[in-house]
Amino acid sequence: MSRGLYDLIGLAAGVCFILALKGLSHPKTARRGNLIGAFGATLATLVVFAYYAPLNNLGWIIGAIALGSIIGVPAARRVQMTQMPQLVALFNGVGGGAAALVAIVEYLALGEGATTAVVIFTVFTVVVGCVSFSGSIITFLKLQELMTTRPVVFPGGRFVIAATLAAVLGVSGWVVVALGTTPLLVLAALSLLFGILFVLPVGGADVPIVISLLNAFTGLTVAASGYVLDSTLLIIAGTLVGASGTILTRLMADAMGRSLFGTLFGAFTAKPQDVSAAGEERPVRSGSPDDVAILLNYARRVVIVPGFGLAVAQAQHTVRELADLMISKGIDVAYGIHPVAGRMPGHMNVLLAEANVPYDQLAEMDEVNPTFGQTDVAIVIGANDVVNPAAQTTPGCPIYGMPILEVSNAANVIFLKRSMRPGFAGIENELLYDPKTMLLFGDAKASLTKVVSALKAL
Amino acid sequence: MDAMAIISIFVLAVFVGFEVVSKVSSTLHTPLMSGANAIHGVILVGAIIVADHSETNLELSLSVVAIVLATINMIGGFVVTDRMLEMFKGKKGASK
Repeated sequence: MSRGLYDLIGLAAGVCFILALKGLSHPKTARRGNLIGAFGATLATLVVFAYYAPLNNLGWIIGAIALGSIIGVPAARRVQMTQMPQLVALFNGVGGGAAALVAIVEYLALGEGATTAVVIFTVFTVVVGCVSFSGSIITFLKLQELMTTRPVVFPGGRFVIAATLAAVLGVSGWVVVALGTTPLLVLAALSLLFGILFVLPVGGADVPIVISLLNAFTGLTVAASGYVLDSTLLIIAGTLVGASGTILTRLMADAMGRSLFGTLFGAFTAKPQDVSAAGEERPVRSGSPDDVAILLNYARRVVIVPGFGLAVAQAQHTVRELADLMISKGIDVAYGIHPVAGRMPGHMNVLLAEANVPYDQLAEMDEVNPTFGQTDVAIVIGANDVVNPAAQTTPGCPIYGMPILEVSNAANVIFLKRSMRPGFAGIENELLYDPKTMLLFGDAKASLTKVVSALKAL
Repeated sequence: MDAMAIISIFVLAVFVGFEVVSKVSSTLHTPLMSGANAIHGVILVGAIIVADHSETNLELSLSVVAIVLATINMIGGFVVTDRMLEMFKGKKGASK
């Protein structure tokens, strides 16, 4: 195969990726867009086999692809939709790791023959790829709740981070000047450490923004390795992801009312929150499923605020049953969807779509907020941070400034919760102690089922 | 390839990347991120190229790991994105 044809097919794959991103930006074309992207990636992979034929180490290559597929496909197929964000984080991390490894191998192979430009791009790929890898692993651990979801801040933390960053930059210079395997491996290790330190102070609620940013990072490393490997396709694909990922990160931060800078560096200055004693002694008003059913029966307008707890309890179908029942009683029902309900922007829409909740009942935050004044009952199911007034009233708390669903303006608020445990961001919610709030403790699905049967009986 | 051509490609791709996703509703943020994530799995191409000219055992083993990781990123990414979007399709059917 000639170089011209190889580049031409690479260009076609690049165009596929542009169409894929464009398609993914609109609901109607999203699925087709993703398939076009998959087609482009397949095309790009096959053409490499053809161009470099006969490939050395072919058996190893085929075997590695097979192994990757055996791991990746079932993981993607079987993952619960509730756990999907951490899977995306993990996929992003391994992509960053792959890019770093590619750069390291190419560096080893080139040895003394590498030009300064190639070395600089190699250094960039190794640094950013390693940061993306270790950072993504930490976001995975946070989302999977294998470690604390609160910001991890330790005394002198910011100096450690600054020192690590300085070391990364210093060793980068060393690699460019001295050209050796040892400096490069030291650089990789330091970059891995920096990725961990970089993500540790980020609070649980801000994790999606970090995943999106690391995704853009990985895109840029792919572009840089495209330069090292003389592959136009990698440059195009990597740059596209880097650019669109940056915009997407900003859009997400806007949707959450967070400044990107504040998210990434806010925790450097944040004091650990004092959330201990206060809550335990204070009285809350807890009710029975019958109390809830009576309240709902006499309501004219009800807004359901679903949160991650709903999804964890797999209660999407039960909540739809409850909504249908209320609608049949002539009650006006809407779902108030916070942009970051769940674990990521749009995650809740995916989860409710899975339960066939009609699209026209889903109201976005800006639509639903002005209506809480006329709402008789707001039912908050397994959500906490997205309705926490502290975001508006307590400067300095980790979610301060995040737009919330103003359920406190409704005449009555019902919380369905498993316990008094604070939400993902780890902050106490004052609304729970409000006199107009009623709490219904228990598993969301079990509670909802009881409410449904109580409401049917009325 | 000369430096100017590469810079041109890079700058144009940056603007295309900015443009294509500049208006997207928050509903689609997660699938879009996941789809973009799958696209950078095309680093698989790079991993195959370095595996092809690996000469030492160290190079080959690192490349093989890179191929495994890149394949997970690419194939897994597209599959999980498709699963998310499949549900959006179900929603459209329900509202008809």
